[in-house]
Amino acid sequence: MPQLNKGAHHPVTLTLNGDEVTGHAEPRMLLSDFLTHEIGITSCHVGCEHGVCGACTVLVDGTVMRACLTLAVQADGTEVETAENLASDDGELSGLQQAFKKHHGLQCGYCTPGILMSLTAYLKENPKPTEEELRDMLSGHLCRCTGYVGMVKAVLDYCENQET
Amino acid sequence: MKPKAFDYLKVSSGEEAVAALAQGGEDARIIAGGLSLMPILNFRLAEPSILIDISKADSLKYIREVGKFVEIGAATRQADLMRWDGTESKLPLLAAAFPFIGHYQTRAKGTVCGSLAHADPSSELPLCLAVLGGEVDLQSTGGKRTLSADEFQTGMLSTAKQTGEMVVAARYPTAKAGEGYAFTEMAQRRGDFAIVALAAVANADKIRLGIGGVADCPTVREWDILEGSALDDALNEFAWDLGGYDDIHATARYRRELVRRLGRRVVEEAKSCRN
Repeated sequence: MPQLNKGAHHPVTLTLNGDEVTGHAEPRMLLSDFLTHEIGITSCHVGCEHGVCGACTVLVDGTVMRACLTLAVQADGTEVETAENLASDDGELSGLQQAFKKHHGLQCGYCTPGILMSLTAYLKENPKPTEEELRDMLSGHLCRCTGYVGMVKAVLDYCENQET
Repeated sequence: MKPKAFDYLKVSSGEEAVAALAQGGEDARIIAGGLSLMPILNFRLAEPSILIDISKADSLKYIREVGKFVEIGAATRQADLMRWDGTESKLPLLAAAFPFIGHYQTRAKGTVCGSLAHADPSSELPLCLAVLGGEVDLQSTGGKRTLSADEFQTGMLSTAKQTGEMVVAARYPTAKAGEGYAFTEMAQRRGDFAIVALAAVANADKIRLGIGGVADCPTVREWDILEGSALDDALNEFAWDLGGYDDIHATARYRRELVRRLGRRVVEEAKSCRN
């Protein structure tokens, strides 16, 4: 791969939620800014912009990543999945989203897309987490509204009712 | 909080990376997971001229046994080592430490060698390397050199790595028969920076205790087997020698108390799990 020079805008093409999209980014542009300002999605929320809060979490090639700690140019050629991909095309919420709604797993909702994306990856690895495992995993996200209680209930309920 | 402008080069091997480092001079930096480097860039505490991305360099992604060590390549993620078949049996200290290392979300992308190169005084991976007596390989276009953990980490966020060198691998000693290992730490929340982190190794004759988060790099002390008040006295002396400081999270006094109390707990646990 050739060196990408600072100051210049380089094409970045990635598969976003199944569709190929292209935008332009300087090397210093964060993936969170690229997704929001270049591509125009609204779910990649920036909280702390240094990897602590987890609100900007997305999946890159199936791996959870802080979009604020990833460069847009690093994501060139990857498959990126964001919370827009969770509900069906006609707007019906996914099972996990419905459980969050039912159990008050969110209030202001700013942290929610990041948490849902983390859970999407995590529940594939560990489909039936214990409450302790779940709380440990959720420690990678900051939520200032819920105290995590509704969130934990939502995930445990969702996992309980999943077909195994 | 956006990084200052830099050039970017994605490389596919360690050789390409060191060649680019040689060309890039003193302001060139390696990026792998970015979990340590990117926050520093966002805060503009570092302003590299070029970032050399090794995250797609497959030849640097490996975990293998080499003699009495487990060697970990520079692009190997923490989650890969945590999930590796041999970690529980061959690297029991790391298996005990992993739940404290960041979060599920950060281990998924952060690398083992990146954490070592970042050299945060409260980080768990450098502490484990120091207490086990591990090694780090540094590569430049001029050749490779191997440093012991205490030669490598020289202070807070500083290492013996010179311009043009990169960490290409780290080696953690494999568990030995007759040794017991234990790890614990105190942080405000699970996965946050450790206020005090403690790693202990015990065999029939000796105790080694490493402390992170107090001095400006991991500090290791070795004693003959101590019991009762002799152990308390040794821990108290160690706590004072570390020269802790007050900060927003804890006072120096509280840190000394953690070294005394958790030190005792972690040493006893290491002694009790000697095999």
